Amino acid sequence: MQPIIEIENLSKTYASGLAALSEVSLTIRRGEIFALLGPNGAGKSTLINVVCGIVTPTSGQVRANGHDIRADYRAARKAIGLVPQELTTDAFETVWDTVSFTRGLFGLRKDPAHIERVLRDLSLWEKRDSRIMTLSGGMKRRVLIAKALSHEPQILFLDEPTAGVDVALRQDMWRLVRRLRDQGVTVILTTHYIEEAEEMADRVGVIRGGRIILVEEKAELMRKLGRKQLTLQLQAPLAALPETLSGFELELADGGQELVYTYDTQGERTGITGLLTALSAAGIRFSDLHTSQSSLEDIFVDLVKERA
Amino acid sequence: MNWHAIRAIYGFEMARFWRTSMQSILAPVISTSLYFVVFGAAIGSRVSAVDGVPYGLFIVPGLMMLALLTQSISNASFGIYFPRFAGTIYEILSAPISPAEVVVGYVGAAASKSILIGLIILATSALFVPLHIEHPVWMVAFLLLTAITFSLFGFVIGLWADGFEKLQLVPLLIVTPLTFLGGSFYAIEMLPPFWRAVSLFNPVVYLISAFRWAFFGKADVSLGLSVAMTCLFLALCLGLVTYIFRTGYRLKS
Repeated sequence: MQPIIEIENLSKTYASGLAALSEVSLTIRRGEIFALLGPNGAGKSTLINVVCGIVTPTSGQVRANGHDIRADYRAARKAIGLVPQELTTDAFETVWDTVSFTRGLFGLRKDPAHIERVLRDLSLWEKRDSRIMTLSGGMKRRVLIAKALSHEPQILFLDEPTAGVDVALRQDMWRLVRRLRDQGVTVILTTHYIEEAEEMADRVGVIRGGRIILVEEKAELMRKLGRKQLTLQLQAPLAALPETLSGFELELADGGQELVYTYDTQGERTGITGLLTALSAAGIRFSDLHTSQSSLEDIFVDLVKERA
Repeated sequence: MNWHAIRAIYGFEMARFWRTSMQSILAPVISTSLYFVVFGAAIGSRVSAVDGVPYGLFIVPGLMMLALLTQSISNASFGIYFPRFAGTIYEILSAPISPAEVVVGYVGAAASKSILIGLIILATSALFVPLHIEHPVWMVAFLLLTAITFSLFGFVIGLWADGFEKLQLVPLLIVTPLTFLGGSFYAIEMLPPFWRAVSLFNPVVYLISAFRWAFFGKADVSLGLSVAMTCLFLALCLGLVTYIFRTGYRLKS
């Protein structure tokens, strides 16, 4: 199946000389949820803004839904909905009017039934006649999403969609994003909340310094780069590790009360049996144990540090 | 052509006009009435007829032109500047709209608003003086041409301005003085020869002259020259708007 977004060797250097994107190539599959992660200033928003037509690229090619974003901008943009990072809304217009306005901008005739459906999906129906300036920040965020969905896009960009919203609204949005994906909409989101990507994304891309440093299936990424740790609560604290345990990747924690063993989940052997035997031989006893797996956040931090 | 988008922009802008109808309709009615009280009744009664036209009647085209110019500029400049200021311009930039469609939507709405205000002033004037329009078709044509030209000029200012101060700068410091000095309240021939010559460098003179001709069949400068100057200014504004959209100046980085 043809990718819904194809980005080839995309670069953007601003007039100030800042190279925001350098030779970025990326393909987004139709119908997936793609999370674009990266530290502040990595180029996430620039990348989105180029695809949406807000920023002019310096070089490179972008096709959205098979259409070049410059040569065939009308067809390309019709397929895209954008929820920007900032709460940039009108102030004096009503929710209904502003959402209908966006639908018109995208060249579609009025469809009150569709607008009603979108507003109901986003719990905005009761606020349809309210002026936007009277809404809370969370409600304004919903309005932005409603505007982006007003023209029934096939691609939805969510630039930090849950920044500054409460937990309930965040979970509402996650549900909405999944529902959209089920309806065939491709969702590309940038986020600072790694748990958001972990919760929703099918694939994850990491951008740093204007370059894509990794694109991977989320499950595969966590399988490949995830580490597991075994933590043992010792019966008696240790001042230092005995020489006989030097062959294991061990660390003392919690003032010598805990022994932490890090192992590779992909390895043929985890080494746990050998470690337990060696502990027994060294006369070290433990009262409890548990294992933990690194989160996407740990992987992200490691990745970004590694490439710094 | 994305007609739905043009209609959306036009409707959105006109909605603001109706939302603030007290300010947009009542204000010109009151200010026109005041002009008639001051210039028509108080001063006008002591001024002899200009070119055979009673002074109260003589100032009607100038008053309409004054409102038309300032309203066209302020409506169009605010219309495009506010989305830039608020950040909602992203919607316009990311929508499947051509620059020409954007211009038609915004400039069309701004011109419509100023024409409406011009007509309100005309109607208010009819309460004070007996109106007679010699060339009504030309009057409408000049009304349209001037409203569109100066709305385009306002659109350029709205794209150029990077703050509310700059937004007001050109209308207040350049356009209003040029309009007052362009013969809104007097005929150019009433000036001493030196100032009459200087006035010919004021583009507003040609607009008011042509408009006054449409009303009374008398003009300060030839009709052809007035039309040519207005069209030249229109072409200049169109050129500037085209340049801005082509380069993305103040719109896209």
